[in-house]
Amino acid sequence: MRHSIRIAVGPVQFRIGSDWAAPIAALERLYAGYPQDDARPAEATVRLFAARPWRRWVRPSVHIGGDFVVPDALPLPLSMGLLAAEMGMNLQVALGWRRHMLLHASAVARDGRALIMSGESGSGKSTLAALLGEDEWRLMGDEFTLIDPVGGDAFAFPRAVSLKNEAIAAVAGRVDAARLGPLMAGTPKGDIRHLIPRADAIAAMHEPARPALLLFPRFGGGTAIEPMGEGEVFVRLTEASTNYVALGEAGFAALTRLVRETPAFGISYPDSATGIALVEQLWAETLK
Amino acid sequence: MSAVLTFVDLLAGRRDAAALAPREWDGVIGVARSEAMLATLAHRLEGVDLPPSVAALFADQRAAAAVAQRQALWEAEMARRALAPVGIEFVLLKGAAYAAAGMACAAGRQIGDLDILVLASDIRRAENALLNAGWEWVKSDPYDDFYYREHMHELPPLIHKLRDRMIDVHHTILPRTHRITPDALALVSDAVASADGFAVLNPADMACHCAAHMLADGDLQGGLRNLWDFNLMTGDFAAADQGFWDRLDARARLHGLQESVRRAARLSRDLYGAVLPAGWDGHDPADRWFRQRLLARDDWGRVTQPLLEQAFYIRSHWLRMPAAMLARHLWTKWRKR
Repeated sequence: MRHSIRIAVGPVQFRIGSDWAAPIAALERLYAGYPQDDARPAEATVRLFAARPWRRWVRPSVHIGGDFVVPDALPLPLSMGLLAAEMGMNLQVALGWRRHMLLHASAVARDGRALIMSGESGSGKSTLAALLGEDEWRLMGDEFTLIDPVGGDAFAFPRAVSLKNEAIAAVAGRVDAARLGPLMAGTPKGDIRHLIPRADAIAAMHEPARPALLLFPRFGGGTAIEPMGEGEVFVRLTEASTNYVALGEAGFAALTRLVRETPAFGISYPDSATGIALVEQLWAETLK
Repeated sequence: MSAVLTFVDLLAGRRDAAALAPREWDGVIGVARSEAMLATLAHRLEGVDLPPSVAALFADQRAAAAVAQRQALWEAEMARRALAPVGIEFVLLKGAAYAAAGMACAAGRQIGDLDILVLASDIRRAENALLNAGWEWVKSDPYDDFYYREHMHELPPLIHKLRDRMIDVHHTILPRTHRITPDALALVSDAVASADGFAVLNPADMACHCAAHMLADGDLQGGLRNLWDFNLMTGDFAAADQGFWDRLDARARLHGLQESVRRAARLSRDLYGAVLPAGWDGHDPADRWFRQRLLARDDWGRVTQPLLEQAFYIRSHWLRMPAAMLARHLWTKWRKR
């Protein structure tokens, strides 16, 4: 394709091709600090393309293609090319990756142990992970957490964090502006702005962490902590995994172990500060 | 060299995988994924000295394909449990059949829907038994439903409400309206038992169906994979049975599929290096269009010749139904857009 870039996030080497220069330039900036290994073949391909040649210029709209595609997915305007690239990368991992059990969850680590947060979009899992990643924690990822089916360790997928709506202001005030991507207003997912993870989190992206605590955050409402039973955790995580079924017995074994060995809680919190306090409190209690 | 040619050369064993440049793998992996053949390639190159990340990716693919195949055969077992009590025997087709029979082409092969063949006289009862066992309609559109029932060689697709897996119940292997009418009764009555206990088509019929599916029915989507199946199965059948090619010829004539079978054999020679017996080793100028269509992918896995693709799409419809009916069908479909 006309423009392309290679990006390695966690264990996945991507190549992303585009009919336009702008999305690639934006990716180059976001991923400048990520490791580059030109000798490494790409495991996953993303294509950002114009459905018709003239749509490269006339009302340019970005279709998301690649090894795996969602049929009938709507294109995005060129101004949201970065979001298209992000969606394309997520899609390849969600549908194509088989080495690990994938959880749609954010994760942070401390002292080699991982805190995994799973929840719907809007639960605040990304924001909490981003904020914790600015503190004493290593950000492992805001979208996917990878569980090794053999050893049970969690592996990181620290792509650029996708901050949405109110989270943008909550995080932007705390970080160097050079670590923020352009603001994309009014996307189908609301306002979006990317945060480049800290350099130490990127440098440590291949280091495993032992799952130590599972949280199911819920943003909004009163402050509450609810211990969660194994059955509920198991079912929620099967729903949060994009490849649980495809992994067959290995997926079942990995998930069973994760659920049996990791204490789990639902937490609800009215604001980020409270959420972080709850996380720190549970972490301290669990690891006592 | 283009990635698709490198990919085909790797499958055919004409190129040393260990000698590929790192950048060449990008395209090879991309093309293999677009053809749903990455796990097939992973099996073909098992044991070869590969870059570490490629070796790891291929190991993932082989493991995933093994799970997927077990799941596909479980689905076949579910169909057997639904149909056996009402006395309906079926023949497994395509991917599930290759897996059940432990064939070489099954290694790493992606298996989509479960395809089964029943006698035309059993089709209504098969439908009822499956509906009672938890399968449901996928198509809600009345015209599509009518079209399938009147003109196709299979029931409208059914999906199992708990397992989310599709089943295609065939009563023959080409649409009813197709210019060619294979002998469906012969396909079922001459089926053989596989190692797993499922019935599968006999070797010659299996090769006929593979060629028909690739060249007489479809528009050559996934053609490289179907051709790879054909290449491996005919090679193995011929190695096990000296008279295989003659038997294949006779069977192809019975089903009216001689042209497709002959072409599939020539294409498997041209692309994958199959060695053909004297009578089969000919040339047809039209083959070049098929080769071009099969190889029309760029290094990013995109189809490179949209016009050729379109032409094969039109050809597939042209073969499937008479002109007046095709016009009526396209008109109805167009109005519903």
